Amino acid sequence: MTRDAALFEFLCRMGDSTLVLGHRLSEWCGTAPALEEDIATANTALDLIGQTQMWLGLAAEVEGAGRSADDLAMRRDAWDFRNLLLVEQPNGDFGRTLMRSFLFDVWHRRMLERLTASSDPRVAAIAAKAVKEVAYHADRSAELVVALGDGTEESHRRMQDALDRLWPYTGEMTSDDEVDREMAEARIAPLPSELRPGWEEAVRATLTQATLTVPESAFAHRGGKNGARHSEHLGHMLTTMQWLQRAYPEATW
Amino acid sequence: MIPRPAPAPVPGSLADRPAHRAGPPPATEAEIWALLSRIPDPEIPVVSITDLGIVREVSLDGTDVHVAITPTYSGCPATSVIGMAVETALLDAGLTPRVTTRLDPPWTTDWLTEAAREKLRRYGIAPPAAKGPEACPHCGAATLTQVSRFGSTPCKAQWRCETCREPFDYFKCH
Repeated sequence: MTRDAALFEFLCRMGDSTLVLGHRLSEWCGTAPALEEDIATANTALDLIGQTQMWLGLAAEVEGAGRSADDLAMRRDAWDFRNLLLVEQPNGDFGRTLMRSFLFDVWHRRMLERLTASSDPRVAAIAAKAVKEVAYHADRSAELVVALGDGTEESHRRMQDALDRLWPYTGEMTSDDEVDREMAEARIAPLPSELRPGWEEAVRATLTQATLTVPESAFAHRGGKNGARHSEHLGHMLTTMQWLQRAYPEATW
Repeated sequence: MIPRPAPAPVPGSLADRPAHRAGPPPATEAEIWALLSRIPDPEIPVVSITDLGIVREVSLDGTDVHVAITPTYSGCPATSVIGMAVETALLDAGLTPRVTTRLDPPWTTDWLTEAAREKLRRYGIAPPAAKGPEACPHCGAATLTQVSRFGSTPCKAQWRCETCREPFDYFKCH
């Protein structure tokens, strides 16, 4: 794999993860449990979609095949997506949505902090822009995980259920493969495994404060970031997200 | 099979519009800065795009002008509207504009001018400060409570004054 091919893969991993989570969060628009949370969730989705434009815009530029960020977002099918399995999981109840954001936000913030020192100035510039927004997402999701985990009996039960369900999807965020090793060698991105100790420490600190129990199993689902085995949920999500481009190819406005 | 309706036609490009030129085109970069300082932010129209500090560069070569704009928040829908407003204003002034996006260094609320902060306050939006809003923009009291970390646009949060009991927008420190 050439360095540019690996960089394209890496940029799709970043951009597809922000795109899929951004779309998932936007599914709450107009239906979240409180007006303030509705606005907060939609605002977070907007930040993530904005970051997607930057990541996939650079991916398209690196690929040099005449595709745009929109082409990558709207005209690929599930097997070409490189997002983490965690972010394509369905929203479930609001607790599960928040837990999914929390587990991702802690990783996302740390990844972006490291990427601000990337040897590729284009990657560093996007990371420097995005990290300010993501720091805000991470603060909010952690606050709410504590509020609901250490809340009523029912909110605690829902947050624990969410954690038990989503935990097996977290291992993929900090696993390494050929693309990651190529990026690390070029000093473009850190090895994901290097992020594990800091991620786990931060996540455990918040979950302890939230009176939640971290599952013991280290089993991890894999196959999102290399596209080998997405869960069935991604395809269903894309049929909604890409409906317009599928029904009216080449539509512009 | 029922034929699908054709997609709506794409409107003509900006360059096709008739220009509204009054007098000769601006001849200096300072004149272009002055022109840009009259373009309002689409969502908070009391402040201009230069008040916000998002115009990062203006360079003029004959009638070719390059303007670099940085987004406030990466997903802010106002960004593309602003780009179009800048292009339109420069075309109308008789110039050939090229508008680019510059990400680095990332926008910060430290770039808001002092005039912008005062305009926000008068408009009912508390300007950014390191530790949250300093005073209620309505009554000036300092006992304030955060309602939500987010607000009606990406750059704002919702707060409430405990003295006058009025809700208000706070321009987040970013």
